[in-house]
Amino acid sequence: MSTVISVEHATKSFTMHYHRSLKQIALAKARGRQTSDTFNAVEDVSFTVGQGESVGLMGLNGSGKSTLLKLISGVMQPDSGSVLTRGRIAGLIATGAGFDLQLSGRDNLWLNAAILGMSRAETARKLDEIVEFADLGKFLDTPVTYYSSGMKARLGFAVAIHVDADIFIADEALAVGDRPFKRKCKQKMEEIVAQGTTMFYVSHAPGSVRKLCNRVLVLEQGRLGFDGGVEEGIHYLHYDDDDEDTQTADDGLGVDI
Amino acid sequence: MGDLTRHRARDDAPMVSPSSTTGLVEVFRRRHLLGLLVRTTMKSRYQGTLLGWAWSYLQPAVRFCLFYFLFQVMIGRGAETTPNFAIHLFAGMVIIHFFTETFNGGTQSLVANRSLIIKLAMPKELFPVARMLVALWHTGPMMVILVIACVATGWRPDMVGLGAGLLGFAVTMSLGLAVGLTFAVANVYFRDFGKVAQTLTQFVTFSVPMMYPYTLVAERFGETGAHYYLFNPMAEAVLLIQRCFWTGSTDDPAATAAAHLPDDLWSRGFVMLGATLLLLLLAQLLFARLEKGVPERL
Repeated sequence: MSTVISVEHATKSFTMHYHRSLKQIALAKARGRQTSDTFNAVEDVSFTVGQGESVGLMGLNGSGKSTLLKLISGVMQPDSGSVLTRGRIAGLIATGAGFDLQLSGRDNLWLNAAILGMSRAETARKLDEIVEFADLGKFLDTPVTYYSSGMKARLGFAVAIHVDADIFIADEALAVGDRPFKRKCKQKMEEIVAQGTTMFYVSHAPGSVRKLCNRVLVLEQGRLGFDGGVEEGIHYLHYDDDDEDTQTADDGLGVDI
Repeated sequence: MGDLTRHRARDDAPMVSPSSTTGLVEVFRRRHLLGLLVRTTMKSRYQGTLLGWAWSYLQPAVRFCLFYFLFQVMIGRGAETTPNFAIHLFAGMVIIHFFTETFNGGTQSLVANRSLIIKLAMPKELFPVARMLVALWHTGPMMVILVIACVATGWRPDMVGLGAGLLGFAVTMSLGLAVGLTFAVANVYFRDFGKVAQTLTQFVTFSVPMMYPYTLVAERFGETGAHYYLFNPMAEAVLLIQRCFWTGSTDDPAATAAAHLPDDLWSRGFVMLGATLLLLLLAQLLFARLEKGVPERL
């Protein structure tokens, strides 16, 4: 099994600027107040992921999950340490970002596919599949402005989920979308895992992590608190206490992160 | 169920940093996306209008007619000194408009695409370049109006003139992209740069010989003044465009060119192209340096 993600002692810190204008900075300095503060969103995190592994990334709000994901997807670079990957990274990140509301669903589909890295040929080949998955009917050729939020989300998901990837990242749980659509997405993601794609999945829902993943990472205040089996990881986070409720309540697919 | 043609990276492919990009080269590699970005921007601009594309011709046509009546019919400006003043002005306007739209659009491009940049890894140069291409596309209808006006006054295309026009556009394109890239990334750090860009573009309009003839500069500021005046790449670009369109539209093109254009127009043009290309290279280096801080500062 070859390594596809290798994170070594990665640290990412953010600087918070309390004041932006010169006047405010001068005033704050004069009063002896802090003008900025830094904190480590991700601190000294190391792990490797092999080809075909399906990793659930868990942790409380603000524990650094999104930042770690941004390091892996390449949106950000670590301040120290290294993050290396192999192959194309895609997935349910920024679904629907860059939609132009004036344009039709079809135009946005092409644009969004290109934004996510699909070539013209690849989009053309998968067009029918995507259209069928989004299931927008005649609304496909009307401007996206007139879409309901659920329809917009469906279009975004349909495109993102069809991008071929070596590393599939899922950062967004299905907060929108009705039950049949959620089920369809879940099925598609299981299919992606079954095909041997490396999955990196952020979720608060133990049910879906159990179903999709074979390994769990838990972040605690930016540090890697746990790396191991799924059940142990969920137990580590104490997410297994009221498991039955969660699983029936959200159908095993996560709530918002 | 899933298709068997899914692409896979080879096992022996090297591990790379997922955020590495090759800048403008990468933009060229992703020209399918670039093309779509440009096309959708233009498509959405006239969305919901009854006249649609016609607007892009109507607006410059109205502007040209306005210039013609105001300056040539009403004021009678430049009847002896600057013949066909409306064309003199409009030709400069076409290229200045291209420059300012590239500059201002480029400056705002990263901030405007915040939702994409903070979530997806993509070559960020894409956005200023797309704005430049949209601006270039907008010059199309203006060119059509300009050519119609020129042909009506007896202009015929000549190879040297067309070469001058292309050189002018090349200078403007590389300068516009250079400042667009620089200000785009600077504007992320401090939004002041957006305001600076707006102020500078106003200045550009008056710093080039289109509302006044180039001869006026030498007249008022002497040879040395004119020499420094031409260090402005946009002044050079405007003169090249006027060599392409305006001089040919006058009664005696050769005499007009001799009287109203500097003798070393061509050598200056090529030097300017080299200088602006160098600026573009520096802008790309600066952009590459600063862009990694962009997602967190947006």
